[in-house]
Amino acid sequence: MKKAIFWVVALAVLALLQAGLEGTIGAYYYQIVIYVGINIILAVSLNLINGTTGQFSIGHAGFYAVGAYTSASLLYYGQSMLRGWLSFLPHAAQDVVLLLIGLSAAALAAGFAGLLVGIPSLRLRGDYLAIVTLGFGEIIRVLILNINAVGAARGFLGIPEFSNFFWVYLFALITVVVVYNLVNSSYGRAFISIRDDEIAAEAMGVDTTRFKVLSFVISSMFAGIAGGLFAHFTAFLSPNTFQFTTSFYLIIMIVVGGMGSIEGAILGAILITVILEVFREFGAFRFVNFAVLLVLIMLYRPQGIVGNWSVFKRRGAF
Amino acid sequence: MGTFFQQIINGIAQGSAYALIALGYTMVYGVLRLINFAHSDVYMFGAFMGYYAAKNPWIRSTFGESLTAAAVVMLVAMALAGGLGILIERFAYRPGRSETRFTLAFWLGILGAGAGQLMHPGFLALTLGAIVGIAIGVIGEIAGLRPVKQESRLALLIIAIGVSLFLENGGQVAFGADPKFFPEIIHTAQWTVGSLKVDSQQVIVLVVSIILMVLLNLLVHYTRTGKAMRAVSYNLDAAKLMGINTDRIIALTFAVGSALAAAGGILVTLLYPKIEPLMGVMPGLKAFAAAVLGGIGNMTGAMLGGLILGIAEVMAVGYGQSTYRDAIAFIILVLILLVKPDGIMGKGPTEKV
Repeated sequence: MKKAIFWVVALAVLALLQAGLEGTIGAYYYQIVIYVGINIILAVSLNLINGTTGQFSIGHAGFYAVGAYTSASLLYYGQSMLRGWLSFLPHAAQDVVLLLIGLSAAALAAGFAGLLVGIPSLRLRGDYLAIVTLGFGEIIRVLILNINAVGAARGFLGIPEFSNFFWVYLFALITVVVVYNLVNSSYGRAFISIRDDEIAAEAMGVDTTRFKVLSFVISSMFAGIAGGLFAHFTAFLSPNTFQFTTSFYLIIMIVVGGMGSIEGAILGAILITVILEVFREFGAFRFVNFAVLLVLIMLYRPQGIVGNWSVFKRRGAF
Repeated sequence: MGTFFQQIINGIAQGSAYALIALGYTMVYGVLRLINFAHSDVYMFGAFMGYYAAKNPWIRSTFGESLTAAAVVMLVAMALAGGLGILIERFAYRPGRSETRFTLAFWLGILGAGAGQLMHPGFLALTLGAIVGIAIGVIGEIAGLRPVKQESRLALLIIAIGVSLFLENGGQVAFGADPKFFPEIIHTAQWTVGSLKVDSQQVIVLVVSIILMVLLNLLVHYTRTGKAMRAVSYNLDAAKLMGINTDRIIALTFAVGSALAAAGGILVTLLYPKIEPLMGVMPGLKAFAAAVLGGIGNMTGAMLGGLILGIAEVMAVGYGQSTYRDAIAFIILVLILLVKPDGIMGKGPTEKV
């Protein structure tokens, strides 16, 4: 009952905001709000691998790209056919179903990519895993650069625009709830045990490879959903969006926020996205100042802004 | 067959440049267990310092276009990059490890200089801004704002990414974002052996790389300092207990690694004369892949990894797969790590319970 009320209220609030938000704050701020939401999904999902399971992955942009391009190309090329099948529905409802189909495909494709990358590479440790995930991210990007059907280096134009504030934040909420529940389940305890001591975890009977791959796949699926939402919001994709620097920014978000805690990832996503926008005022010095700020935060507060602190500790799930 | 050997020759030249950059990654990793992402930008910095040295009228008029000029340009760039390496180590990485002073003053000084420049372009505003920043930093430090000792390597990694961002974007502000072309400091000669073409640039790249690697090998294996470096890399805490000034050795490691990156930068500009502030990103990433490929922390491995990646990449481009150029290094890396998870020469850490 509590859960049902939570979701009804959440949906109502999101719908209400969707109706009034863009008109109130204007297109520019609306766009930033959307990017914050997408980055929350990405950071929270990345945090599942890096913070909870303790595997050092810096290739998240790759899975983000897989999701974005899968959903975009499916709906770009398949839109008319799918609409034909859905012709019994009103147009607006068709949009919703199309978006959900696109996002499911994005999640599946990214999850599959996560599985492909995860199975061979998760027997690597620490920095070796880091460079291999980074390498996979780059390989995915170079592949996209070579596929003409999705625009290659020119970028992918004309993607149907289905996603908006409501969907981005609905999925951000779903991501947070799923990851939270996962972390506080027996699966989550297995993930954490791998992070804290892999050998001890194995000795206690945790199938470490299985759980590592699992956390990798789940995390990739959410990255894929974020990609789909991004693609259908901007209606344009360029391989440059998915460079390894994007993965770096995601890592920065979760570390600056506070590794291992969902609140930290959310806060980091909001903070970094907003700071980068505010710093536009500095013109050429934008990233110089951002870099100095980053170094100072990490020197003076290496555990991140919230550290291990959590609001949700020892309370019932949503 | 002719093209095959031609590609090998081109690949060795490209690969030895990668190897020089990879050495810096692997040395720093050896002593700090840190992926020094800023290394690729030190390489860029080295190339730019070489560019300004080569344009310098005094160096131009004194040495002209000769091997000596090239050597002078290279040494200047190496020295300046080495200095940058020491600065990075001192103000970005050391504060999380040992007691240091003036960290806040240093970074706020940079911020202040930027702010001054932004408000009123000119040298005076820049200096004033820097002074204000430094003053605030010093006051903050006296008031008790001290860097926190770092438990996790992750924060250090983010600092490395931060320094890298700083150098890339600082480079765009300081050097300009538009590409520049390295002046020709040595006349190009080309020799033909059968169907193979070798030009003097390639020979220089190879010879200089070999000389530098031999020198590095002598430094690390046959001097007291080298012994200390190996000790620090083997076990930092034990080395400290044995009376080694570990901070000094780490700074020296950064200096040497950065100087090698600068040399790599200059050598690459002999092959491809275009330089720009983001030029380090891809080669840096590939050189890092090369270091991992060879077994990170292992110097012979880094050289080997650099050569393998260089040859593979040139081969791929030569045989018509140039659009996949940036992926080749990583595909090879993934394939080799799948077979040998610790790299070609790497010894995996022993697992202790």
